[in-house]
Amino acid sequence: MIVFNEVVKQYPGGYTALAGVSFEIRHGELAVLSGHSGAGKSTLLKLIAAIERPTSGSVSINGQNVSALRPRAIPYLRRNLGLVLQEHRLLYDRSVDDNVMLPLVITGHPPRDAAKRVAAALERVGLSGRGREMPAGLSGGEQQRVAIARAIVNRPSILIADEPTAHLDVAYANEIASLFKSFNAAGVTVLVSTHDERLFAQHSPRRLVLHKGLLQGAGA
Amino acid sequence: MSNWFYLHGRAFMQALRRLASQPLGTLLSALVVGIALSLPAAGYLLIDNVASLARGVSGTPEISVFMSQDASAEDIAAAEKRLRGDAQLAGYRHVTKDEALRQLEKGGLGDVLGGLTANPLPDAFIVTPRGEDPALYDSLHARFAAWPGVAHVQLDSAWVKRLHALLGLGRSAVLLLAGLLGFALVIVTFNTIRLQILTQRHEIDVSRLLGATDPFIRRPFYWFGSLQGLLGGCVALATVWATVHALGGPVASLAETYGAVFALTGPGPHESAAILGFAAFLGWLGSAISVRRHLAERLT
Ligand SMILES: Nc1ncnc2c1ncn2[C@@H]1O[C@H](COP(=O)(O)OP(=O)(O)OP(=O)(O)O)[C@@H](O)[C@H]1O
Ligand SMILES: [Mg+2]
Repeated sequence: MIVFNEVVKQYPGGYTALAGVSFEIRHGELAVLSGHSGAGKSTLLKLIAAIERPTSGSVSINGQNVSALRPRAIPYLRRNLGLVLQEHRLLYDRSVDDNVMLPLVITGHPPRDAAKRVAAALERVGLSGRGREMPAGLSGGEQQRVAIARAIVNRPSILIADEPTAHLDVAYANEIASLFKSFNAAGVTVLVSTHDERLFAQHSPRRLVLHKGLLQGAGA
Repeated sequence: MSNWFYLHGRAFMQALRRLASQPLGTLLSALVVGIALSLPAAGYLLIDNVASLARGVSGTPEISVFMSQDASAEDIAAAEKRLRGDAQLAGYRHVTKDEALRQLEKGGLGDVLGGLTANPLPDAFIVTPRGEDPALYDSLHARFAAWPGVAHVQLDSAWVKRLHALLGLGRSAVLLLAGLLGFALVIVTFNTIRLQILTQRHEIDVSRLLGATDPFIRRPFYWFGSLQGLLGGCVALATVWATVHALGGPVASLAETYGAVFALTGPGPHESAAILGFAAFLGWLGSAISVRRHLAERLT
């Protein structure tokens, strides 16, 4: 469960990216966050992973108040989230396998079981057998799928993705949207941001629309 | 617990890989650390060798009490009586003038002494005090000198004292040197780790986003610093051993010309372990400071 309560985020320069946002996403929901560039989508998602802290208001995940979390506790919060950020943030000097394995290495997962999970995650995103390749040799869409495989390899209960379909052509984008729908069907709470509201239309998701730092219409 | 070992093992392997991935840099760092450390290590060893040499030569410090040439037999007997009853002394030995002369003749000066009509040597007492307190020596010196018929009181320990003072000074100098060079090594490691953190900034940020704790991120750097220090310690040890080996022959033959038996000894197991441990500690310290300074959370 993700709960935002009157969340304001003001960046150090003084710019107000979120101007009092409240909403609730229940366990197992598929929610799509849309809005123009600069509306505050990335900011909202970063608050969930404690990459940014709210200026006022509170963010809580599964009953835990993220905005009041001690710095030491933040890594453990992130381990329970699957995170796909706007920039892929892959390691380009590591193979696809090693990239996807990273969250398991961080949690000290036994290596043999980790290798199995990596293979399963790659299969899930349609990249079976590509593990030995380097990310730079993959297409943009394939790199995005590597980032998604990395986000789900730890089997998180919440998956957060920031414009995972940006820079992809429509066919690829729909494929990725279906992928998120399938994770959601398997019980994962999914929150995806996108420019393109039509993208998830066929999956009838919960809609959150941001405009200049405020939630619009029914989502509010 | 096994997870803890696994994570440390992984950090250790990662540090090893980083060292192996830049063999030239690793070699140069190890040489810098090693050569810098070999100076105080060799100094320490030199002092240790001289000290053991001094211990072998000096034995227990003694006081020689020389009677004057014209001291009467009563004076000598009175002096001996006082020595016999003195509770501050562990013992004494009376060397008569005849005995002293015979010793000199045995020593190969027979020809010279043969030309003398009278024995020029005085009676003497070689006194061993109880204890090694310098104050005791000074008070005994003053007392003996005041006795009738005593011409000269000599503290045989004087040169040993001077040597010990000198060795003490040497030890301080070596400590100071070790401190200074150790500091330099901490700075060298600090900088190496700083550069590593810069080049791995991206990986560190990504790892943090995926839930890496601070210890997880720091561990490989600690291992790297310690291993680099340890490698430097190995170079230092090898340098010292090579020096001892190279100087061993010449020193032994030099000692022989003075009729002494003296072999230069290299660092023993304890000293070797201390050098390696010290080097690894310095590396760890440098990395720890660097990591504290450069790994404060900074995410976009
Ligand atoms: N670290 C920052 N410091 C200062 N201002 C920031 C920072 N990050 C974002 N902003 C500002 O906050 C506003 C919202 O940014 P945000 O990245 O959340 O928008 P977005 O909806 O994700 O846009 P886009 O669709 O282009 O990714 C923007 O005007 C941006 O300039
Ligand atoms: Mg954004």
